[in-house]
Amino acid sequence: MFARQLAFAALLALGLLQPAYADSVTHAQLDNGLEIVVIEDRRAPVVVHMVWYRAGAADEPPGKSGIAHFLEHLMFKGTETRDPGEFSAIVEANGGRDNAFVSWDYTGFFQRVASDRLDLMMEMEADRMQNLSFTEAEWLPERGVILEERGQVLESRVGAQFNEAMLATLYKAHPYGTPILGWRHEMEGLTGEDAMEFYNLHYGPNNAVLVIAGDVDTAEALDLAEQHYGSIPANPNVAATTRLSEPPHLAERRIVFEDSRVGTPYVSRMYLAPVRRSGDQSEAAALQMLAALLGGSSTTSVLERRLNFEEGVALSAWASYNGMARDYGVFSLGIAPVDGVSLEEAEAALDRVVAEFLEEGVDTAQFERVRRQLRASEIYGLDDAQSRARQFGVGLSIGLNVDDIEGWIDALEAVTPEDVIDAGQMLLDRRAAVTGYLTLPQEPELSQ
Amino acid sequence: MKRLIALFILAAFPLRAEVDITHVTSPSGLEAWLVEERSIPFVSLELIFPGGAALESDAQAGVVNLMTSLLSEGAGDMDAQAFAARSEELATRIRFDSGRDSVSVSVRFLTEDADEVIDHLRLALTEPRFDEDAIARTRGQLLAQLRRDVLDPNTIASRAFARAAFQDHPYGRESNGTPETVGALDRDALVAAHQGAITRDRVYIGAAGDISADALGELLDRLFEGVPETGWDMPDRAEFLAEPGMEVIDFNGPQSVIAFGHAGIARDDPEFLTAFVVNEVFGGGRFGTRLMRSLREERGLTYGIGAFLSSGALGESYQGRLSTDNANVEIVIDLLREEWAQIASEGVTEEELARIQTYLTGAYPLRFDGNSSIASIMASMQYQGFDIDYVNRRNDMISALTLDEVNDLASRLYNPEALFFVVVGQPVGLN
Repeated sequence: MFARQLAFAALLALGLLQPAYADSVTHAQLDNGLEIVVIEDRRAPVVVHMVWYRAGAADEPPGKSGIAHFLEHLMFKGTETRDPGEFSAIVEANGGRDNAFVSWDYTGFFQRVASDRLDLMMEMEADRMQNLSFTEAEWLPERGVILEERGQVLESRVGAQFNEAMLATLYKAHPYGTPILGWRHEMEGLTGEDAMEFYNLHYGPNNAVLVIAGDVDTAEALDLAEQHYGSIPANPNVAATTRLSEPPHLAERRIVFEDSRVGTPYVSRMYLAPVRRSGDQSEAAALQMLAALLGGSSTTSVLERRLNFEEGVALSAWASYNGMARDYGVFSLGIAPVDGVSLEEAEAALDRVVAEFLEEGVDTAQFERVRRQLRASEIYGLDDAQSRARQFGVGLSIGLNVDDIEGWIDALEAVTPEDVIDAGQMLLDRRAAVTGYLTLPQEPELSQ
Repeated sequence: MKRLIALFILAAFPLRAEVDITHVTSPSGLEAWLVEERSIPFVSLELIFPGGAALESDAQAGVVNLMTSLLSEGAGDMDAQAFAARSEELATRIRFDSGRDSVSVSVRFLTEDADEVIDHLRLALTEPRFDEDAIARTRGQLLAQLRRDVLDPNTIASRAFARAAFQDHPYGRESNGTPETVGALDRDALVAAHQGAITRDRVYIGAAGDISADALGELLDRLFEGVPETGWDMPDRAEFLAEPGMEVIDFNGPQSVIAFGHAGIARDDPEFLTAFVVNEVFGGGRFGTRLMRSLREERGLTYGIGAFLSSGALGESYQGRLSTDNANVEIVIDLLREEWAQIASEGVTEEELARIQTYLTGAYPLRFDGNSSIASIMASMQYQGFDIDYVNRRNDMISALTLDEVNDLASRLYNPEALFFVVVGQPVGLN
């Protein structure tokens, strides 16, 4: 492996760029439906073991928002043969770290341990894939924990509350408009039975992706996976959740969020956008390049250069695109004005600069610099096995395949300046967008 | 615990870190620690310049922070736009950070561009322009940050704790300054701070990646050409002065943020490592600590609680943080006092010590994951005064700790009578 990496480095140096991941990534599937990705990186004796379920907050039944996240917490509360907290205690006793995360589309569990402990991690993760067990003595205090979590990470942060309100306005029907943590009034009524029901409907090898990254031999890792996960029967209850679709968006929406804790008022705009589609990521790639050009640098991006450096109306201005979702993506723009510039003026300046960019076209030198950084990111990216593992985990959870993930940088490199301008036309149509002002209460009401 | 015994047998063979560190001395005498890793063609480099905001005067509080922010805003014949565009052309990432105790520089670059990147970085270190328009723009951003800080309960709590703990010492002051001091800083002050805080005599250097010792030595000499030899004097030590008790700061929100603690342990204290181990059992910011078990797992009173040894170059404290509903503050404080009293009088158990030793020795190698982390660890280990072979001895030192040693330290470190609390929120039922 070491020699192969050296050869690979030499190819890079010669400019004979191969897809960076092709060397070391293997994809497989067990008979029970479990998808497996193995990423070899033998530099340090460490492995990351992740299981991703293709179920998240967007799959929750009505009135039970937060149940996917509550279940994620309860997955640490024991199985038929393991005590509450024992999972993490064993990981810890082996010098490892474990955690979990949940999004609208997926729920992921991971451990990072010395590579000779992979066997044990698989045994435990396979156990809780089918044998979760907890009592009220465990789930009741944990409900207090998730309510405190909402209090800390959401309700105590005005920017996060504003963002929650933006998404709730952007989506008229689809569950991406419901917060991952859940609405407080619904969270207060969640029970262990609700969580177990969600588990029984969505967890199982046929709705999961296993990602192993680090110091492993691929064949050995696959054998271990077969040994631990292969005997788990497919869960017959698993079926794709029917998620509501967005109706046509015909009317622009605007919100004003006032709070005395606002230190820097700003304007945020979110557009409903396409996602990365398996087999054809060109549209998403063009939007990603558009975001990189408009907002990818705090100095040289179009928005920062024009609004902050040249016109001096913005403290900062930004653009971003997220196409890593199953159903809908979001393209975001924003501007925080300097003192003395109103949010209305700031928004107008932002819209004018975007329109001028689409009119004038892409600056060739900037475009080349973005492409140069893309190529370098292929090399820098090899340094972080956990982040690579995460890309595959998210990607496979939302319906992409290994080729899509490996081909993403190629898709970005294939984007032309004309593609960027074409993709950017969507920013001129605010019908599928929501615009929000985050401001102190004394700010005058929005009038338009 | 059904299966506790199996757990310890499985954990019997902690991994060794096996990090191969080369001590590099450049032709001109700069020293660095290097971990060579040639399989990916890039290099990470970390520089730490001790001093930081602690070097500046009260009247110029925030000058080191503003100066550091301006290092990437134009240098040599390049203005801010040209400097950033050049960084992008080179596909390098350069980060300048400043804090209470240091200014640090993190950079990564492709092997093939090493010389160009080093020349580029040298301009920022030695010839920053401090253009008036860049000063105005960056100052505006920092002032906005300061306005946000006074509305953030976590920042309010941390500042109040530091003020009570270290009072008139620079540690008692806000490293980013105040709107008044930052508003008054001029170009001369920034130039002086640059000459005073970024100097060659006390820099610590770490590197990792695709580079040989000889090549690194030459690059470092190239980088430090023109960096002044010496700078501002280091201030005196900071004594912990907070009296036991509680400060409540009214803040409108659903939760209270609580900062708590008392005097700590110096990082050059022979028992610092022992204190680190005890804190990992008690409050080390993970699941499974005593504080997490008592307040989160058993009672659901918080999303997370951690305690930490805040041992800076000039002074130390032992602190913790949590957020909880305003209604829970009273019970949380009672529980904290109980936990404190218990560990002070009874220490940790044999089982807790064994578990934490296994965890810490097993987890240590996991820190060395990737060139950027390794370069940063190499620089900070020198800054903290460790030997070059510490990495390979550290696990043995942890494994050798006895229960008596650990519990002697616990009774020395923990003092429930000395606890000082800052509560930011609208706590219910507190006297």
